[in-house]
Amino acid sequence: MADMRTPLNKVRGLGSAREGVDHFWRQRVTALANIPLTLFLAVTIALLAGKDHAAVAAYLGSPLAAIAFAALILSATIHMRLGMQTIIEDYVHGEAAKIISLIANTFFAIFVGLASLLAIVKLSLGG
Amino acid sequence: MAHSKSPAARPLSPHLQIYQPMLTMMLSIMHRLTGAALYFGSLLLAWWLIAAASGPEYFALVNGYAGTLIGKLVLFGYTWALIHHMFGGFRHFLWDTGRGFDLSMVELMARASLIGSLGLTVAIWAIALTAGAL
Repeated sequence: MADMRTPLNKVRGLGSAREGVDHFWRQRVTALANIPLTLFLAVTIALLAGKDHAAVAAYLGSPLAAIAFAALILSATIHMRLGMQTIIEDYVHGEAAKIISLIANTFFAIFVGLASLLAIVKLSLGG
Repeated sequence: MAHSKSPAARPLSPHLQIYQPMLTMMLSIMHRLTGAALYFGSLLLAWWLIAAASGPEYFALVNGYAGTLIGKLVLFGYTWALIHHMFGGFRHFLWDTGRGFDLSMVELMARASLIGSLGLTVAIWAIALTAGAL
């Protein structure tokens, strides 16, 4: 049977999804934001390690720390979702497994982000 | 035009095990590994924040885990992964501008990011310890 489809018709829809530039820029902009926020987090973890609940709750509930944490959570979850997307696309080749992994990646990032933000909001409003 | 059902058996490029390990390659792998570790480490951070928001009792339990030897190692490793991934990011920012691709510069940056990340992590913990943490 002769194949009536043109070569162009056969490859349409199989190529670039045209979101590469957006991925690249989001990754870079969140990476830039993550520089001060990462340093803040590392210093915070080291300073609060072993401290009791009153000290930690007071620190995390202060407006400046809460803003920094909220910014970190937003920026880091976007950044890590994009990074894990790249890892999945590099190593998971089966179509079903890839799509499931990519969706799970999105759900994971949103879950971690919402859970962390809720905790920060609760601490800010007085525990 | 050929319409073969299965693609021709083409030679594959050799994979990791065939290459002599090199510093730049190790740092590339470590950048991805620290990124993946931080991805799952975000669960620990969320857990810690939720514990702090849940009240003194539950926080004391989580704090107890963090205070064990393994807990302390995880905390140190987590901060190092954060900082090492950041140094890896610095190299990518330079490469994004089209600079820093000559071998001597690549080697120098690889060494600098290793030494820098370890040094900065140790410095942060040293300052925190003298300030009375742990």
